[in-house]
Amino acid sequence: MNDNPCPDVQLELYRRQVEVRVFEKRAYDLFLRNLVKGTSHLSLGQEAIAAGFGTAMRRDDYTFATYRGHAHTLVRGAPMAAVMAELLGRDSGLMGGKGGSMHLTSVEHGVMGSYAIVGAHLPIAVGAAWSAQYRGSGQAAVCFFGDGATNIGAFHEALNLAAVWRLPVVFVCENNLYMEYTPIASVTAVPRPAADRAAGYGLDPLVVDGNDVEAVYGVARAALERARTGGGPSLVEALTYRHGGHSRADPGKYRPAREVEEWLARDPVSGYRERLLRRGIPAKILDDIDTEVRAAVDAATDAAEAAPPPAPERLLSQVWTDGGSSWRN
Amino acid sequence: MAQLTYRDAVRRGIAQEMRRDERVVLIGEDVAAAGGVFKTTPGLLEEFGPRRVLDAPISEQAILGAAMGAAMTGLRPIAEIMFSDFLAVCWDMVANEIAKTRYMTDGQVSLPLVIRTANGGGLRFGGQHSQSVENWAMAVPGLKVVLPATPADLIGLLAAAVRDPDPVLVLEPKALYPVRGEVPDGELLDTLGRARVLRTGGDATLVAVGAMVPRAVTAAERMAEQGVGCTVVDLRSLVPLDVRTLLDAVAGTGRLFTVEENPRLCGWGAEIASIVAEEAFPALRGPIVRITTPHIPLPSADTLEDLARPSVSRITDTVLKALG
Ligand SMILES: Cc1ncc(C[n+]2csc(CCOP(=O)(O)OP(=O)(O)O)c2C)c(N)n1
Ligand SMILES: [Mg+2]
Repeated sequence: MNDNPCPDVQLELYRRQVEVRVFEKRAYDLFLRNLVKGTSHLSLGQEAIAAGFGTAMRRDDYTFATYRGHAHTLVRGAPMAAVMAELLGRDSGLMGGKGGSMHLTSVEHGVMGSYAIVGAHLPIAVGAAWSAQYRGSGQAAVCFFGDGATNIGAFHEALNLAAVWRLPVVFVCENNLYMEYTPIASVTAVPRPAADRAAGYGLDPLVVDGNDVEAVYGVARAALERARTGGGPSLVEALTYRHGGHSRADPGKYRPAREVEEWLARDPVSGYRERLLRRGIPAKILDDIDTEVRAAVDAATDAAEAAPPPAPERLLSQVWTDGGSSWRN
Repeated sequence: MAQLTYRDAVRRGIAQEMRRDERVVLIGEDVAAAGGVFKTTPGLLEEFGPRRVLDAPISEQAILGAAMGAAMTGLRPIAEIMFSDFLAVCWDMVANEIAKTRYMTDGQVSLPLVIRTANGGGLRFGGQHSQSVENWAMAVPGLKVVLPATPADLIGLLAAAVRDPDPVLVLEPKALYPVRGEVPDGELLDTLGRARVLRTGGDATLVAVGAMVPRAVTAAERMAEQGVGCTVVDLRSLVPLDVRTLLDAVAGTGRLFTVEENPRLCGWGAEIASIVAEEAFPALRGPIVRITTPHIPLPSADTLEDLARPSVSRITDTVLKALG
């Protein structure tokens, strides 16, 4: 018996992870060159979760992400050049430079926003799922958040309401063991910050290896199917680890060396490549994907670096739907 | 023409919009089966059914978050926050999420939603159920803020808020729920950002919103008996703000008095005073005077609460003294 996803899907899972990996490494380089200003939070080491869900989602499904949302935005097909330009604060950025790294949004691709108040987007995802249910559209909302978000009230309000209304929403906790610098275990009453809370909302505790893209893909498909067929919400806890620090140039020194080593050895991207090679997929096919992705990231970087800063008129635009920001006559 | 209480006007306004537009839904605590703690929504569940009129858990963040997520994906939710003091529990949703998202996404996300809430004092409910929060709301870029003072205005402005493509906070003065007013028959649709001049006089301009409007009018009537003529302006909407009507009114009298229920510091009148000082200074014949609730939480005892909120006699005394 063969439970593997079909070959096309395997390559897609691989490509999406590589896209995130190469993009995030580039974003880090650009940060060190002071071209990405402010802050940025990378998904290096956590690529499999966004890639697995992104591949399982329907085109018209909704994504809700956090400030650590480059990956979740890219896997829905948002144009890489515009995402890169947004990180660099350029006019051609996804949001014209007004959102930045933490607020990537591409409604056209179902990315309904990246939110930087921990936990806030869970209730908002509930609302999108409510609307999908009301309209009978068959869409689902997928909401990604960190382990730290399980201790804020919005998490619990959202889970309860989603369960009461049996809404088509999938909550995905990316448990990377740390909040910013503090281990989640040191401030949480239960060992599994998401899964151990599921019973409180009548949900099954779902734990998945977040570094195994096919495992994530499988859980995603099942949860989305359940959502679309009226089965209600799911809460998935995906175990993973960041390769780098929390944000910017954080070296992550608060993490024990052994722990870091162990998780680096479980790298989702190279691990999946090895698995595909073992399955007999020719290295050439994977190398070609790597080359294409690198070329795409290079092109996106060049375009972003060459792009002008936002036009000053943007400053006072789009507070209101009339395009402006006027509050008086 | 009918005589309706403010609370009945709320129901009629919501029903008018729900009949017109299938995308309009109502969510809040006790709004459906119970008809609202202030009895502003009875009968809506019966008319529109449980798909469109929904009782929510005591989860203010989830109520506003759900309204926001629904608004960005095609619905036009009306979300009720039972008491405006409770907005503090979900202020993140108001100030960071609902108000900022359109700007941060450079217009990709539209949020046509309405937050309705019972605002202000007068019911002896004490410090956590009586505050006037219009000054909190006015300080948030990206949020429209209206305060209808009559049943007819409530219906028309609520309709305008529901049809507005941007988020609107409707502050219903809870002291006015039992007050009756004339309401024309048929559909009512008003315009956000238009003040109304309720009476004119040559000696002073009184500017008020919400529950302070009838007090300002009564005070003006009393002063008229003493030969002092007041222009009374009901701003009706703080964002957008009808500055033109305000400046015209000040130009006609040369004296400005704000009547504010919010606590003193950074009350809406401070912004009004600043605008008038900047743009109509030559028209002023004397200082701008703000009549506000002191900078205190509201007390519960009836006598103390009455001392706290600007009363008709405090308004008249202040104005007459200032005019000399
Ligand atoms: C309400 C709120 N509190 C605190 C912060 C500051 N903050 C930003 S990210 C973060 C850690 C979040 O940890 P987790 O949810 O595990 O997500 P991760 O960053 O690990 O992906 C904190 C405390 C915030 N943005 N919002
Ligand atoms: Mg974490």
